[in-house]
Amino acid sequence: MAKKKGLLHEFTKGLVIENPVLRLVLGTCPTLAVSTSVESALGMGAAASIVLICSNIVISALKKVIPSKVRIPAYIVIIASFVTIVQMVVKAFAPQIDEQLGVYLPLIVVNCIILGRAEAFACKNSVIASAVDGMGMGVGFTAALLLMGAIREFFGTGAIAGMQILPESISPMLIFILPPGGFFVFGMLIACANKLADKKGLSKAELKGCEDCPMAGSCSIREEIENSQKAKKEDGKEAVNS
Amino acid sequence: MKMMLAILLTGILTENFVLAKFLGICPFLGVSKKLNTAVGMSAAVIFVMVLSTAVTYPINILLVKNDLEYLQTIVFILVIAALVQLVEIVLKKYIPALYNALGIYLPLITTNCAVLGVVLLNIENSYTFVQSVMNSLGAGLGFMLAMVMFAGVRERLESCDVPKFLQGLPITLIAASLVSVSFLGFSGIIEGIFG
Repeated sequence: MAKKKGLLHEFTKGLVIENPVLRLVLGTCPTLAVSTSVESALGMGAAASIVLICSNIVISALKKVIPSKVRIPAYIVIIASFVTIVQMVVKAFAPQIDEQLGVYLPLIVVNCIILGRAEAFACKNSVIASAVDGMGMGVGFTAALLLMGAIREFFGTGAIAGMQILPESISPMLIFILPPGGFFVFGMLIACANKLADKKGLSKAELKGCEDCPMAGSCSIREEIENSQKAKKEDGKEAVNS
Repeated sequence: MKMMLAILLTGILTENFVLAKFLGICPFLGVSKKLNTAVGMSAAVIFVMVLSTAVTYPINILLVKNDLEYLQTIVFILVIAALVQLVEIVLKKYIPALYNALGIYLPLITTNCAVLGVVLLNIENSYTFVQSVMNSLGAGLGFMLAMVMFAGVRERLESCDVPKFLQGLPITLIAASLVSVSFLGFSGIIEGIFG
């Protein structure tokens, strides 16, 4: 019973408390780029979720086989393979989505959420837990994208998912579907998420890790950088002392 | 020549990688707190972008010749990762001064979507070798311009009185939105100059 509860927790944490976009601030590039409409947001969310679940499963299954020194390249190969599969499937069955996502579809390879989950979760947990974690994170990512896509599409074109809601006589604010609107809506959503988190006594969404790069929050390079910076500082001190 | 200049300027101004295409947002938000780290990071990005474009171009010809285009994503990310490692080792050994300036940023660049993005976009636009390198240079310089400008904005933000709920990341994103608005002003300028 306790185990079941644990699995449920792995799933729900990705939805709200550890929402990858609004709380962990991962995968910002695709979030901003493809959230111009509900349709492309859904396409991106689904594609990334499938890759995330599959790569989580494979990485956790292979966690004993992959030597820790070469784990990052190994993860990248696994992720890239799944991205290629998804790319081929989307091209074959949903060419319209492929057109909308363009270069961002192959760029799922470098999406920080996927590598981040591999490094933070899949390489330490069982296959089932990793699969559930991938699902939770995938759904959380998709939900955040959909929310942003809906807001930007509504203000930018007066429609949601292609359905006209505002009357034609009200001219839409085009800026919302242009790049600045993406930054603005994302900033406002993070502010709302922070406000809610503050009420619940949780910490604010913040970029963390080396020099605040969200990627590094879950990457192995961070330690190296911190060490090299430390070494540099010590070198500097020694130079001053001598 | 005119074409080259147009590609270069498009990359820097109208199709700015960070502010119009949303590639490389992570370092844009993360490393832009101080001016000198922003310059160091973007110099490393320019370097790796141009180099990986030059290396992946012949590899892509090989892939196309053997009907293996579907391997592009896997091959390119591996080539970029290996290249970054190689550059790091070479710089460490032979040009320690440059390594000290760029070294710590290099590992981060492997998983930077801007580098893989520029390589894939070059192929999508079916640029020639020189055009590809030009486009990468433009994209890199555009990245640098956005980073340096934004570092300036953020340094001023530090001393501003920001409402509590916007403090931290939200106000940074809203500032980025305003910087992005200013870049919208460049739209059409390339067609204007080069007709």
